Amino acid sequence: MTDIGMKVDGLTVDLHTPRGTVRAVDGVSFTAHRGRTLALLGESGCGKSMTAQAVVGLLEPIAEVTGGSIDIDGEDLLTVSRKRRRQLAGPALSIVFQDALTALNPVVKVGVQLAEPYRIHRKMSAKAARAEAIELMRHVGIPEPESRADSYPHQFSGGMRQRLLIAMAVALSPKVLIADEPTTALDVTVQAQILALLARLRKEHDMAVILITHDLSVVAEEADTVAVMYSGRIVETGPVDQVFEDPRHPYTRGLLESVPVDAERGADLSSIPGSPPDLFSIPPGCPYQARCPLVMDVCRTSRPALVKTGDRAVACHAASASGSEGVSHAA
Amino acid sequence: MLTFLRRRALTSLLPLLAVVLGVFVLARLTGNPAALYLPENATAEAREQFSAANGFDKPIWAQLIDYFAGVARLDFGTSLRTGEDAATMALRAFPATLQLAVVTMVLAIAVAIVVGCWAALRPNGLADRVSGMLSMTAASVPDFWLAILGIWVFAIILGVLPTSGVDAGGASWVLPIAVLMVRPAGVLTQVVRGAMISALGSPYVKVARAKGASEGRVVARHALKNAAPPALTVAGDLAVGLINGAVVVESIFGWPGIGKLMIDAILQRDFAVLQAAVALTAISIFVLNIAIDIGYALLDARVRNKAGAAA
Amino acid sequence: MTSPADTEEAATKPNYLKMLLADPLAFIAAIVLLVVAFIAVFGRQLAGPTATQGDLALSRLAPFSTDHGWQYFLGGDLLGRSLLGRLMVATQTTMSVSVPVVLISLVIGASVGMWAGYHRGWRETLAMRIADVVLSFPSLLMAVVVLYIFSPSIASIIAILAVTRIPVYLRTARAESAELQSRVFVDAARTFGTPSGAIIRRHIFPIVLPTLLTVATLDFCYVMLAESSLSFLGIGVQPPDVSWGLMVAQGRDQLRTQWWLSVLPGLAIVITTVSANLLASWVRLATDPGQRWRLTTPRRRRRRRAVPVLEA
Ligand SMILES: Nc1ncnc2c1ncn2[C@@H]1O[C@H](COP(=O)(O)OP(=O)(O)OP(=O)(O)O)[C@@H](O)[C@H]1O
Ligand code: SF4
Ligand SMILES: [Mg+2]
Repeated sequence: MTDIGMKVDGLTVDLHTPRGTVRAVDGVSFTAHRGRTLALLGESGCGKSMTAQAVVGLLEPIAEVTGGSIDIDGEDLLTVSRKRRRQLAGPALSIVFQDALTALNPVVKVGVQLAEPYRIHRKMSAKAARAEAIELMRHVGIPEPESRADSYPHQFSGGMRQRLLIAMAVALSPKVLIADEPTTALDVTVQAQILALLARLRKEHDMAVILITHDLSVVAEEADTVAVMYSGRIVETGPVDQVFEDPRHPYTRGLLESVPVDAERGADLSSIPGSPPDLFSIPPGCPYQARCPLVMDVCRTSRPALVKTGDRAVACHAASASGSEGVSHAA
Repeated sequence: MLTFLRRRALTSLLPLLAVVLGVFVLARLTGNPAALYLPENATAEAREQFSAANGFDKPIWAQLIDYFAGVARLDFGTSLRTGEDAATMALRAFPATLQLAVVTMVLAIAVAIVVGCWAALRPNGLADRVSGMLSMTAASVPDFWLAILGIWVFAIILGVLPTSGVDAGGASWVLPIAVLMVRPAGVLTQVVRGAMISALGSPYVKVARAKGASEGRVVARHALKNAAPPALTVAGDLAVGLINGAVVVESIFGWPGIGKLMIDAILQRDFAVLQAAVALTAISIFVLNIAIDIGYALLDARVRNKAGAAA
Repeated sequence: MTSPADTEEAATKPNYLKMLLADPLAFIAAIVLLVVAFIAVFGRQLAGPTATQGDLALSRLAPFSTDHGWQYFLGGDLLGRSLLGRLMVATQTTMSVSVPVVLISLVIGASVGMWAGYHRGWRETLAMRIADVVLSFPSLLMAVVVLYIFSPSIASIIAILAVTRIPVYLRTARAESAELQSRVFVDAARTFGTPSGAIIRRHIFPIVLPTLLTVATLDFCYVMLAESSLSFLGIGVQPPDVSWGLMVAQGRDQLRTQWWLSVLPGLAIVITTVSANLLASWVRLATDPGQRWRLTTPRRRRRRRAVPVLEA
């Protein structure tokens, strides 16, 4: 067993929208191990980004964490002081966003932006921090880092910008790195380079990487563990090879079946008939009932709990009824 | 960068030319420009004499050439009242207005940054309400009335400030600047607030927070830097608009600046002085616009590069 | 006139009156503006002779007493004319400058703007350049020169103020119409050979109108302030006519002894402009489907949510 990087338990996020309060993330739990990659997989709108933002404490004002805990090295991020949380942001926990162009400050030189973690956390001088920043740029494969440090973000290509963003996130060798669809905006060859870079950095810095994606092939190639999300809940989780070999939740099965075996990287998850319920009309019972081929009466009234079996867990009445090693539960 | 400035200078030159030419055309539209320079009760004889002396009887194109040559030499004739060179009078009045304008803008920008940032950080908080009230006042209270109100309350009832003039040292600055400041401060506060709200909600601010940056650092190093270019453009427009306020404020408080000179020139029908004052104002607006463009390009690298690429 | 499409629209159309009643501030502002409009039309008759022929016995009468009839409630001036009566007469002057200015600049600016935005190309460039030049120069300065050359009369004030405001409408109309002219329904009309004037009238004008009206409401304040500034400076409305700005100027010398002569006319300006501003911001919310909920949600709950909604 490897070291635990972060343990999220029962994370719940409510959105106070003009039309009323809805639950966007509902009791999400997962554990990220250092040196490993955990993939958070799900269709658009299932709450992946919301989960990530809640973990790093960057939710929009309309969103509110209403339950759960986020544990890193015995500290619960949801209860520590603001100051402590700022101290942890960078050395303990870091995030890479999808759109590097907007995630980099357009009017600040990249060298200055990359130096910031060192300035803030190690109280380095501007000069020393700049030297570190240049080293960092070299580390993530930016050519001619000395001269490029004085350029602005718009002067870099999309792939290079993503590298800069990743460099900034790993500057202080965080224990946990969240990457929210880091390659969606890039073309296929650049995607592969960025994923390879992430894998290399994960090993070098012994980070726990949480990779958010809706690309099954990325999960298959990059991740050790996968957590499948649907309507703000985790419906199935386990080691990638086992889950992909033998999916137990009808949703996971649907996802895997919808992708041709030799699918290109980048295939979407949209091919299951129907669409997820919108947040305002999530039915009681199982959220997947409207699209599920195995739906039963109990699915409409009782919400399936996430039942653990060895390394794996699944939240489905059909799956637990078919008796995976006979773990019983109160519905 | 240089091509960018050259292009901007040319576009800023257009209004300047339009104003100078406009004065010429309007003066000819009245039939006899000499009438503008002379008292209303001047005899026909005097008018003819004046016309001949100033070349108003020459063909229109020759007048136009004379006129532009005069403007280029800053020669607008002599004041009807004092007999002094009109351009000299305008140049003498100019520093007083400049001082007033600079102090006002500096204070207005300071107020706008403090109140605007604070309002953006705490929506519906105290600063947000102050900023709302400021902009409402700026948009709906006439400056001349505010000045009168100020004189009534602080000079007449409380007796703590002078009613007008520049002789009372620092105290004479308070009311003129307070009145003149309301509009730029109100508008600019809203601009800063809006730009800060959008900057604070942007991904790069989230990234800065994810790096553990303190609130102060996020505001000063990341958000404000992005809010500055739009604020600067608006500040430039406001500085140009300040001349409107200066005319009112200077004539109420007896401030010996270019605005008072203009109004006096009008009330005393002294066309040469009016023309000199207007031309000098147009020139300073031209210079200001160029300065704003330089500042804008310095603040935002994207402008620099785009302008360079387009050239 | 009533086609099926019309009735259908009426069913989904928001009830503006109900929304106005639900917002006390905007409602009061609307009432104030109605009263001002009423006074502008009937003020002269209502005020009667006390506004023009003074009773020297009532010279310098202090305000807030009805001993000498309601017209003297706000006191009397040096000549014993009633201040309230003069204010009512001045309302007419102020409105007879402001309203024509707004209407003229709205019509000219909107027409040219829509025309320029529809055709794009050199027409657009030319119109925008001219607008830029006019806007880049302080409006008061322009007015000062023009009013010197053509002595100040109501007509010349209206003309110069209209010229300085036309660019505001021109820019708004151009931006929206440039956006619209590329849309499918305009393209469709064009391929059927509909003349451009008709396309602008039928397809572009109705869509641009709400924005223009909001701009006009705001601009009304601006024009009122500009007129009163000019009149205050002595280069606007000339005696024996009277406007609010002129009244402030005329009362200025008596500030020490009769503050009300200057302060109250200014207050009339402020009350009107504040009302127009409040109504304008209400109109902006009410005509924007994305913002309308702010007006229909109860105030206390609205507060917490008055934060920008992020895109999903
Ligand atoms: N400001 C908001 N107002 C209302 N609903 C919102 C808001 N922000 C997010 N949501 C909703 O919250 C849910 C979760 O959004 P989230 O961004 O986490 O999805 P996601 O899984 O990251 O999707 P994607 O793959 O598209 O990034 C979505 O259903 C979205 O519609
Ligand atoms: S709980 Fe029922 S509806 Fe939900 S996935 Fe399982 S079988 Fe389908
Ligand atoms: Mg997302």
